[in-house]
Amino acid sequence: MAASSDRNPPPFPAAEDPEPGLVDPADGDSDEGEDIFVSKTNPVSVSRGVSQPDRGAEDPPDLFSEEEEASSTTAKSNGVHSDDDSDLFAEAHMELNTDKPGSSAKKELSASSGPRSTSTSTQSPAAMQPTSLEQLEEEEAKDSFDVDVAITNPEKVGDGMNAYVAYKVSTRTSLTMFRSKTFSVRRRFSDFLGLYEKLSVKQSLHGCIIPLPPEKSVVGMTKVKVGMDDPSSVEFVERRRAALERYLQRVVCHPSLLQDADVREFLERDDLPRALNTQALSGAGFLKMINKASDAVNKMTIKMNESDTWFEDKFQEVEAEEQQLRKLHAVVDSLVNHRKDLCGNTAVFAKSMAMLGNSEDNTALSRALSQLAEVEDKMEQLHQEQAASDFFIFAELLSDYIRLLGAVRGCFDQRMRAWQRWQEAQSTLQKKREAEAKLLWANKPEKLQQAKEDITEWESRVTQYERDFDRIGMTVRKEVLRFESYGFGKHQYSGPSPCRGSLFMVSLYHGFLNFIWYRRFFVISQDFAVYRYFYRFIIVASCVEERRWRKDICL
Amino acid sequence: MMEEVKEVTSALSVHGHNIKITDVVKDGDALTFVIVSQKLSGTGEYHVDRTWDDFEWLQQHLFSQEDVPGLQGVIFPPLPAKASGNASAKIMKQLGVLGLGEWQPYCKALETFLQQVATHKILNKNKAVEVFLTSSDAPGRQKVKKNIFNRLSQAVEEMRKEGHKDVDEFFQTERDHNLVLTGCTKTAAEKFLDMVLTEQKIAVACGHFSAALHLCVEPGEDPDKKAFSRLCVQISEVFDSMKKNMTSVAENNVNTLGLGLDLESRYQEAEKEMLFRRTCKLVELENARRNAEKAKPVKKAAMEEVKTATQTEFQQICGVARQEIKQFHGVRVKMLQQALVQWCEKQLLTAKESTDQFNQHLQAFRGMAQ
Repeated sequence: MAASSDRNPPPFPAAEDPEPGLVDPADGDSDEGEDIFVSKTNPVSVSRGVSQPDRGAEDPPDLFSEEEEASSTTAKSNGVHSDDDSDLFAEAHMELNTDKPGSSAKKELSASSGPRSTSTSTQSPAAMQPTSLEQLEEEEAKDSFDVDVAITNPEKVGDGMNAYVAYKVSTRTSLTMFRSKTFSVRRRFSDFLGLYEKLSVKQSLHGCIIPLPPEKSVVGMTKVKVGMDDPSSVEFVERRRAALERYLQRVVCHPSLLQDADVREFLERDDLPRALNTQALSGAGFLKMINKASDAVNKMTIKMNESDTWFEDKFQEVEAEEQQLRKLHAVVDSLVNHRKDLCGNTAVFAKSMAMLGNSEDNTALSRALSQLAEVEDKMEQLHQEQAASDFFIFAELLSDYIRLLGAVRGCFDQRMRAWQRWQEAQSTLQKKREAEAKLLWANKPEKLQQAKEDITEWESRVTQYERDFDRIGMTVRKEVLRFESYGFGKHQYSGPSPCRGSLFMVSLYHGFLNFIWYRRFFVISQDFAVYRYFYRFIIVASCVEERRWRKDICL
Repeated sequence: MMEEVKEVTSALSVHGHNIKITDVVKDGDALTFVIVSQKLSGTGEYHVDRTWDDFEWLQQHLFSQEDVPGLQGVIFPPLPAKASGNASAKIMKQLGVLGLGEWQPYCKALETFLQQVATHKILNKNKAVEVFLTSSDAPGRQKVKKNIFNRLSQAVEEMRKEGHKDVDEFFQTERDHNLVLTGCTKTAAEKFLDMVLTEQKIAVACGHFSAALHLCVEPGEDPDKKAFSRLCVQISEVFDSMKKNMTSVAENNVNTLGLGLDLESRYQEAEKEMLFRRTCKLVELENARRNAEKAKPVKKAAMEEVKTATQTEFQQICGVARQEIKQFHGVRVKMLQQALVQWCEKQLLTAKESTDQFNQHLQAFRGMAQ
């Protein structure tokens, strides 16, 4: 029935009325009305009473719409770019090296000390912690990024089972670390998986939340490869394109990931070496990986004494939310499966009706039954659309979120592991000291030198690991706050304390409006039209038949 | 259904076409049905309780009538299979659509059976029908003597007869046609049932989702949490509506087209059985003819007698059968059309109601964007 391009959902409410407090994350670059993650450029915060100009329905064909400078206020900010911010970022422990300090939007990217800063500066975060948390939150609110990515033009390259779809990745930026202002490259799906692999190896050690790429789908891709141009494979490619765009936007949103050489290479380099061994990163593989990692951490013998309850609380929150979402996802999954079953059943029924109509000798009834078969065919199409929309609006949204939360959990685990390393180093140091004491007592000067060197080495290691641990702790805090504020998307829900739930809610709300308006209403009114048509037909046919039968039977 | 049939000649004291089954009582395993029929003379009703065994008693009596010429040519209205309160999966499968929905479709099917028996020109003359419908005592449960009408699975020898070529073209075409139709209708009814079962599953899944969303509701004063909870509740309500819609759709399916297809399927089987009986009689006749021809003079007279008797029977059967077939086709088409019309009407109504409901939800959502 209707292909995705035919659909014309109403503009989102934010477009119709000036709505204080709700940003319209309407579709930007994608054709998909319901793909709300493909959003505009800056996360513009809207304070109450300010209406957001509608950038939804009247989207210019240009990939990137006007960037509006964030007039940032949050409900609890004091609107002041305090000096403390720069102090905070003087201690930022990430490898940052832009050439462009200065603008408020780039505060976070401003030059700072590297991870191995002097011990004095590393001590201050601990001291500053009570205030820095608030400042962290403020900083998050003022973030805006100067890199836009869009993914367009999926094209099938090659033939047969070796075919693949190449996407055009376009970047527009004003950061000088890139070679030019706008550029584009072609990438395929396995390139994205390769990027994730590289990032997770490197960055996870720092406690960052690495966004997860969309899942592999053998079924979907096989259809595309085989070359069918049917609407379902077109839709599949479109979905994947949108998911990849979301993923890439999350990656460039993240300030430290953006600095990564691999990311830059991904965006800029014309010819990327093929990422191999991406089989492991398919489907449920991601979640399995993360779950395995968590299990490994849980099995570690030395349990961490959580001095900072913030981490414990947050972790519980994340876990609880993930459980909730998993439950919802399971239910939605079963619903989608049943709908798919219904499609199959309706198709089979339609066929059996057609056969019956053919065998029927009474012409009117025969016609009626054949019509019924056609009606049921139409119903099957409707059911398919409904199933697809259920899937993509709810199931995908939920699983996307679950994966995100898994990534968040992953970074908590990283912190745990850092702590483990530190503790182990400390115990090793202790052992070395004991060994040295023994040697002193046994009076063996030649080995003593070795022992002293060992101790020095381990002392420095202990210090380093402790610093690592603190650093990761800070990063994790920052990441979680970022996540709570933005959820790795460029939309924002302004409220007294933005939370993950609000993002979910906004997406759900908009997705659902579209769902309900377009899908349900349309489907039901289609039901209606279809039945009405059949009803009229039946009435006419039965009148004719009745007359005939009465003539026959009244002997 | 057969309103034109004059009921003066029937032995019944009640109207045949508006017999109703008003209630079904489940008592452990057994189901008891309350049958209400309107008196012919004046106003008044008969209320009787019957179980399925009583129905079978009636059917057996109808099968075994001795004094009706050409009885084997009658297409007997089909009685639904026995249902019990705690039916096994096998029985439920056999019942098909009739096993769904708290026995309502089953009652309707029994109702149709009674109506057809009571309005059948030949069958309603049987005393058993009167007794069944009007006597306040349960009809006797004595075993009726065996007859070839018993619905045993055809023995292998009998199957052979089914393919026996006919002498009459009318009947031959009818047999061929019936064979095809029986298969098609049965398949259609089965696939329809599959569809209905899946619809029911979807309704249940929507209900689960709705409930799960309710669990997401978090108490608290946090305006964000409140907004989130409100949203969850709203979506939960929508899915509740979806569940109701789907349930109605499935119900409509069962009560109209489902019943129609089931009845059609069982009736086709009944016609098949009638045609088979006639074919058996034909084979018997041909055997009798052969015997009469080949008989030694001693036996010849006897054989001739047998042959003549068989011939008369056969002709009677053919006469009745022709009439029945004609009637059957008219009635069948009408019934199926009625089922289709009802189906359309009900689904239209459900669709309209659902559209309204969803519109309301949509408005509520839009209003939520505050």
